[in-house]
Amino acid sequence: MTQALLTQLSDRFGDAILESEIARDMPVIVCNKESLFEILKFMRDDAAFDCNLLTDITAVDYLKYPIKQKQRFAMVYLLHSLDHGHRFRLKAYLGIADLSVDSISPLWKTANWLEREVYDMYGIDFKQHPNLKRILTHIEFEGHPLRKDYPIERRQVLTINDSLMDEMEKRLIEKGLK
Amino acid sequence: MQRVGQMHPVAQDFEPEFYKDLHTDLMFLNMGPSHPASHGTLRSFVALDGETIMAAVLEIGYLHRGFEKTVEHRTYDQVIPYTDRLNYVSSIMNNVGFSKAVEALIGVEVPPRCQYLRVIISEMMRIVDHLVCIGANLVDIGALTNFWYLFNKREIFYDILDKLTGARLTNSFTRIGGLARDAYDGFEDDIKSVLKEFEIAVLDVSKLCKRNKIFLNRTVDVGIISAEDAISYGFTGPCLRGSGVPYDVRKESPYYFYDTFDFEIPVGENGDTYDRIMVRFEEIKQSIRIVRQALKTLPGGPVNSDDKRVSLPPKSESYLNIEGLINHFKHIYEGVKVEPGEYYDCTEAANGELGFFIVSDGTGTPYRVRCRPPCFTIFSAYPDMIEGSLIADAVATLGSINIIAGELER
Repeated sequence: MTQALLTQLSDRFGDAILESEIARDMPVIVCNKESLFEILKFMRDDAAFDCNLLTDITAVDYLKYPIKQKQRFAMVYLLHSLDHGHRFRLKAYLGIADLSVDSISPLWKTANWLEREVYDMYGIDFKQHPNLKRILTHIEFEGHPLRKDYPIERRQVLTINDSLMDEMEKRLIEKGLK
Repeated sequence: MQRVGQMHPVAQDFEPEFYKDLHTDLMFLNMGPSHPASHGTLRSFVALDGETIMAAVLEIGYLHRGFEKTVEHRTYDQVIPYTDRLNYVSSIMNNVGFSKAVEALIGVEVPPRCQYLRVIISEMMRIVDHLVCIGANLVDIGALTNFWYLFNKREIFYDILDKLTGARLTNSFTRIGGLARDAYDGFEDDIKSVLKEFEIAVLDVSKLCKRNKIFLNRTVDVGIISAEDAISYGFTGPCLRGSGVPYDVRKESPYYFYDTFDFEIPVGENGDTYDRIMVRFEEIKQSIRIVRQALKTLPGGPVNSDDKRVSLPPKSESYLNIEGLINHFKHIYEGVKVEPGEYYDCTEAANGELGFFIVSDGTGTPYRVRCRPPCFTIFSAYPDMIEGSLIADAVATLGSINIIAGELER
């Protein structure tokens, strides 16, 4: 069943699907980063996949990983279908030279914050993200803490307050109050 | 205006017509980060029209401790105390979630007694988490009495935890491949008696609330989130079930004998604060059922896996022969060795799906641990839930989605 879905996906997207396998926890699909948005949209809307819940977005920095990977960074999307009960993991590799992917916040509302966290921790740029701003660290913070070349003992002194007016302006315009 | 102009000045105040030409502006207000009703250091910045919230934005990160960065520099067993601090109201559930993920990554199975004990304590922690959530939520809307009823009973369970694990709040009770220690003599009777106390607490508070007009006015149709929005926002746990979606990891992909227990998944209808509170009440009852069934069939035997990869050798070996000593030393200093690979595993924690995505590189320390906290996705929906409602309703809504800052910001 799952194998049929994976075949269907690679038939449809052809070269965009680099590899797919059924790992021990869930099927893993590796695709190229340009078609991430289209593939995720398809997996959300297609009746056989029906992945309505975006469980998580995260990234991995393979800089010090002993096994050589295609690129330094990997985006990881965890998808889940509440009706069919199946899960998928979609991965896309990114190099340091072009650290950007399309934002999927139009597809799932939760992607907004999850992508902000990935941006904060890894510095991956999400194109067309409505509000790409640091979320867990401070606005003055320099660097991206979960990168493997960020030393764990590095400390920064951060003082200013975030007025949040920039976000509020956007929100007011969105709500038609300004 | 003509008519209003003829009225007495005091009476004019009540006529909306009087304010028609008055130029009013939105007022901006910070709620939090440090405020008793904000349940931790959460800052919401709201634009108010009178007492109505017109727009809201959030700032989080006040409790960010770099959990994910820190654990990349610790051995797998050393991570467990850090997981305590995620959802510190139900810390053992996080211990179980992490240990289970690592065990699944390595491919060891823990003995049945360990699985049963993990179920029993997890369900007890779920009850406690819900008691705290309901109690604090009721305090937020002015019903202080209930808080004492619920927290007194929680205290009794914390004494049991003290006896069992040696700590009240941050228990660190699990180990990779088992538990820190077996249950003490009389543990089962203690649990049985505290279950009765919990039942009394739930009954007392339900009686006080269920048909209480003030309670209904404050919670019904407050902070509504539709099932569609809840799924789009990645809700899981009681908040998703409150919106009417019966998703529960324990039913969908049962782990630890959950398929052998008889229990139900309560769901709400409207997705308002009332539904979320009532779903939690019902889940407490279901958890009590699970614990009773688990206690009846609690098997004997060891609590730690005998797999040499994950478990310490028995003390008789580590003290008396060199292989045992080396085994012990390597295990403590280098950690549990995990083959290179990646694995996502999730458990149903008190707030929803608690997932751990672990990438290992063959050493004793994880290469990357991603904690998927249920709170994070839920809290991102908070502005949508409170916009258009009153400030007081925002407080009630915040209580009902049970945001734990330790887990939200890691």
